[in-house]
Amino acid sequence: MTAMENTITRLRQVPTRWWQIGLLALAILLPLPMGDYYRTVLWRTGLYAMLGLSLNIILGYAGLFQLGHAAFYAVGAYTAGLLNLYLGVPLLLTFPAAVLLAASLGFLITRPILHLRGDYLCIVTIAFGEVVRLILVNNLFGITGGANGLSGIDRPVLFGLVLREPIYHYYLMLIFLIVTIVAVHRLENSRLGRAWMYVREDEVAAEAMGIDTTRVKLLAFVLGSGWAGLAGALYAGKLTVIAPDMAKFLESVIMFCVVVLGGVGSIPGVFVGTIGMVTLPELFRPLKDWRDAWLGIVMVAMMILRPEGLWPSRRVQMEIHAEQATSTD
Amino acid sequence: MPASIQQLIQQLINGVTIGSFYALVALGYTMVYGVLKLINFAHGDLFMWGAYLGLSGIIVALAVALPAGAWVVLPVMVFVMVIVALAGAVVERVAYRPLRSAGRLAPVISALGVAFVLESLARNVYGASYKTYPTDITPTGGFTFFGNVHISIMQVIVLIVSFVLMAALYLFIQRTRIGTAMRAVSLDHDTSRLMGIDVDRIITIVFLIGPGLGGVTGVIVALYYGSFDFTLGWIYGLKAFIAAILGGIGNIPGAMIGGMLLGIIETLGSGYMSPQWKDVIAYTILILILIFRPTGLLGERVAEKL
Repeated sequence: MTAMENTITRLRQVPTRWWQIGLLALAILLPLPMGDYYRTVLWRTGLYAMLGLSLNIILGYAGLFQLGHAAFYAVGAYTAGLLNLYLGVPLLLTFPAAVLLAASLGFLITRPILHLRGDYLCIVTIAFGEVVRLILVNNLFGITGGANGLSGIDRPVLFGLVLREPIYHYYLMLIFLIVTIVAVHRLENSRLGRAWMYVREDEVAAEAMGIDTTRVKLLAFVLGSGWAGLAGALYAGKLTVIAPDMAKFLESVIMFCVVVLGGVGSIPGVFVGTIGMVTLPELFRPLKDWRDAWLGIVMVAMMILRPEGLWPSRRVQMEIHAEQATSTD
Repeated sequence: MPASIQQLIQQLINGVTIGSFYALVALGYTMVYGVLKLINFAHGDLFMWGAYLGLSGIIVALAVALPAGAWVVLPVMVFVMVIVALAGAVVERVAYRPLRSAGRLAPVISALGVAFVLESLARNVYGASYKTYPTDITPTGGFTFFGNVHISIMQVIVLIVSFVLMAALYLFIQRTRIGTAMRAVSLDHDTSRLMGIDVDRIITIVFLIGPGLGGVTGVIVALYYGSFDFTLGWIYGLKAFIAAILGGIGNIPGAMIGGMLLGIIETLGSGYMSPQWKDVIAYTILILILIFRPTGLLGERVAEKL
């Protein structure tokens, strides 16, 4: 056992409750001594962690290769932006609509392609993502503002307080993020969560055990897409400017990597992945030109050296190592 | 001849030209899928590197041997073919071979990773702006027939070159020992190994031929359009992949037919509807095919379906 694994085992012996309190305190206190730039970096970390957690439901738990996740993020942002700009709905009240629309789109898009597996699903989701982006660029209904997108979206207002400073947005994000973590954690250990993992490991066996695989996979897509829509709405409130580029393929790949780098199906893994894929490249701005190359190298190296991710869920880790053990027999 | 028919013939000529680009790139996807059941996402970017290397090659060649004029393109194409083929083999060795037994998610992610590295390298080495080939080496002029239908010399060259390349590849796969071994490997690795075929060597050869073809196509596409940037690989890669699926992935004549069909459909769509929906048409075709006929037009039953 290496030194790193030793430390991890020792850290795991600390009671979970202490970890939670410590991390929460850190999350609340961390931005206070920072300037606006670093607060925004933290906010972005939270945003991508949330997107990662939403994709983790689809890719991590249910094992469905979704490479067009950014489309739902964009749909959420556009729903919030359009409702606010055209109907004057206060931004925070558009959130449920953003979630609902992204989730329904997730349902409509994925229903006909659920029977596809593996890399084929990957390709169709890429195509759907591109179609959504092109519809936004081509201004299908004449309301999405074409390639320039929408601007002048209102700031979210909470109890009369207009959220303008990055620090407010950070705390708003933190609240939603905590809700998300609690929710996905409970989902993971629920009957539905176990069904997802069963489908991921062996779909035929899952079906034979009486799991309605179509319904279970559909639920993963609907929940994951809806959550991405929420992240999109939060983005619209912070930036007040949104563009079709939100749906571009690179965004989907970054979300994909956030999940895979940390370890599929692992909630702490999503945070490790976000730091590696979003926070570090943001902090090393001068190297930004090389970010894509860095993404690429990490993806290849991870798959070869540590396919279970940096902070894997124990279940996935056991599976991968069990597979290796049997294949060397 | 009525103008509408003239227009239709013109669109078909343009469509077949673009379609032959798609077909040449699609061959690389389909061959790799045949032997490894892997979507080689890096293939489009290898193709793009062909365009960039061709640019460098032509500039150097013109500086060395200016009087040769347009003929410098030929040695440059050979040079690009060799380099991109070697790059393809290196990619296979480094990023795919260690993952041969690692399930299906890992190689797909690795392939995407390679694509990102190649694209980022191109952008950082050559810059993000559009690059143009020297215009004086592209042959100009053309023929006009049926009154108002044009076919340029460049289009004729494109069609001849792609036809020759595709025919050569088809004969190679059908008539030679290595081609036979490739077909065997695409059916079953273990049995091929029992029959005395060096599977790793065959896979390396596939990764030499596919990207080699792609690299040459990169030069041809850049010559045809005159300018390109680093997104070329992504756009053509996805289109060519759609072509491969359309014809039935893993099926070599299928890739050729799929490429032609996609080119024609796209050109007709942008000619009669609107150019900005061209890509949407291509993606919609892909989605519809995968939903209703995942095996493609000529394909065997390969799409995993339950």
